[in-house]
Amino acid sequence: MILFAQQLVNGLSLGAIYAVIALGYTMVYGIIELINFAHGDVYTAGSFVALAALTLLGATGHMAAAGVAFALIVAGLAAMLAMGATGVVIERFAYRPLRGRQRLAPLLTAIGVSFSLENLLQLWMGPSPVPFPQLVPNPFFALGPISIGQMQLVVIFSSLVMMVALHFFVQRTKLGKAMRATAQDWMAAEIMGIDINKTIALTFFVGSVLAGAAGVITGLYYGTIWFINGFRAGLIAFTAAVLGGIGNTTGAALGGFVIGFIEVMTAQYIGFQWAEVMIFSVLILVLIFRPTGLLGQQLPERT
Amino acid sequence: MLHRILPYRTSLAILVLFLLYPLVDHNAGHVNAAADAAVFALLALGLNIVVGFAGLLDLGYAAFFAIGSYAYAFAASPFYGLHLPFWPMLLIAAIIAGVFGLLLGAPTLRLRGDYLAIVTLGFGEIVPTVFLNLPRYTGGTNGIVGIDQPVLLGYHFGFNPVPYFYTLLVIIVLSVIAILRLRDSRLGRAWLAIREDEIAAASMGINLTVTKLLAFSFGAFFSGFGGALYVAKLGIVSPDQFNFTVSFTVLAMVVLGGMGNVLGVIAGAGILYEFQSLFLADLTQWTHALGQAWSLPALRVVDFVNFKFLLYGLGLVFLMLLRPAGIFPERRIRAIVTEGRGEIIPEAAPVAGDSPAADVSPPGES
Repeated sequence: MILFAQQLVNGLSLGAIYAVIALGYTMVYGIIELINFAHGDVYTAGSFVALAALTLLGATGHMAAAGVAFALIVAGLAAMLAMGATGVVIERFAYRPLRGRQRLAPLLTAIGVSFSLENLLQLWMGPSPVPFPQLVPNPFFALGPISIGQMQLVVIFSSLVMMVALHFFVQRTKLGKAMRATAQDWMAAEIMGIDINKTIALTFFVGSVLAGAAGVITGLYYGTIWFINGFRAGLIAFTAAVLGGIGNTTGAALGGFVIGFIEVMTAQYIGFQWAEVMIFSVLILVLIFRPTGLLGQQLPERT
Repeated sequence: MLHRILPYRTSLAILVLFLLYPLVDHNAGHVNAAADAAVFALLALGLNIVVGFAGLLDLGYAAFFAIGSYAYAFAASPFYGLHLPFWPMLLIAAIIAGVFGLLLGAPTLRLRGDYLAIVTLGFGEIVPTVFLNLPRYTGGTNGIVGIDQPVLLGYHFGFNPVPYFYTLLVIIVLSVIAILRLRDSRLGRAWLAIREDEIAAASMGINLTVTKLLAFSFGAFFSGFGGALYVAKLGIVSPDQFNFTVSFTVLAMVVLGGMGNVLGVIAGAGILYEFQSLFLADLTQWTHALGQAWSLPALRVVDFVNFKFLLYGLGLVFLMLLRPAGIFPERRIRAIVTEGRGEIIPEAAPVAGDSPAADVSPPGES
């Protein structure tokens, strides 16, 4: 039981990262119904940019706390803005020209973008996993019999902040309203004076900023980053988005946590090498028996 | 059958050129690359049935390739102590792959478009992982070594690429004839109808489930051929030969050659395989030589083989933007990939039930 509770905590921090990535998938799918395959690689690129920025700043774990905080803020902002820009560029040049086309073409383009990004990251930092500086001290706190690392708290806290911020942005701001309107009925939204192109670009920007932030958190949490990470993480996060009900941000967050739990519990009780098989089996079962996900509405089917 | 697409004489001339190729080019590495390209051509032919004919995006095609490969490896290696003969096993491996096509296809067929793509991608990840994680039954990471090589009328194929090349050539020709016959059959026309408009096809009385399942199964069948030949030629099979990049590469071949065009996808496979295995390596050598001659150290360390997926990825993007029907477009496929409907976002196809497409739940709605 203690083991189970301990794994719940671990699942929470892992799931938080998946949840933040899943938000980007679900936002983009909600607004243009495209599986943005490149999203997972944008997330990994975020950790690479953060690493480059930290290296430039000469940040190490031996610096004073203020220095570390400054370096982290600068690197985090750099990663988030760079990824936001990347997302907008990808949308503008790879997806927008195909927007009127049938399904297959944009999906293939998305896969193409994903492979290009992965290869670029590989050329940039090499084919092996790269160490990420451990800037945040990671003492463990005892919570009864369970121990929780400071880094886990950072991951969970920052993810929750991002989710709340996104929720506020989408629900309470004018731009968020424009996004919701475009997702609901782009034509009516356009008639109401909403600039569809800008709104879609904004969606990519926000989703990619979140992915960049998740990339930075991942680097800090795991201490290594690898160019190929985005493929697996992206696939799993997409599963989370589908599980929660694609197009639904609350669902994506919920799905992220559920998938995080599935992964750690599989690792604990069956064997870590079966985690992926479990996750994809869940995906397949969800799609077959409840294609709308846990919180989703009836999905439109387009071919 | 070939004269339907290419003039009869042209096809014959191309075939003769291929037959003569190993006699002209004595570089075993080149013939070997050509034989591997032929394996990929078989895979592309199979995937073309699923993607090109039936319009179902399968991103996990390597799973069937893996199943066909392992089927032969189990039956003809010291691993289980079985040494069944190659030729019947070739057919059996293909049939086993085809059966798995049915099994894996069955639960996914209610899904359309993107969802099908994602689920097949999931299957494509699961199958090699299962082979990897069951070392007692599959050899795990190390895979299976010492796979029997084919023997024909007392002639041992060994590691000489030439007989494999000819075998593959024969199988490809037979497959092309079979696939063209299939395409023009009732089933093939049903595939094309589904690809063009699923709802219209269904209302014309086409059984969507059966037709799609058969597309999956026939597609998988040809990958079984490819798999058995591939591992027999290599003598070894391991899970890492079947990762997502294989599915992606075969898909890129089909898209490049022109979805739906049988001879086009073979050309796509040939072009892409030679591009990655010979051209990129040669280009690297030339660049290094240039770097030597001009004493530019930067040029001497470039390795274009490392750029492979960047080039594939960008190639796919530009292909979709500029020539979405591939280099050799099939006449009928143009309509589905190139003709937009003149709107920013395509209008939803009305679905059985009452959910207008615009009802997708907006971000943040909960």
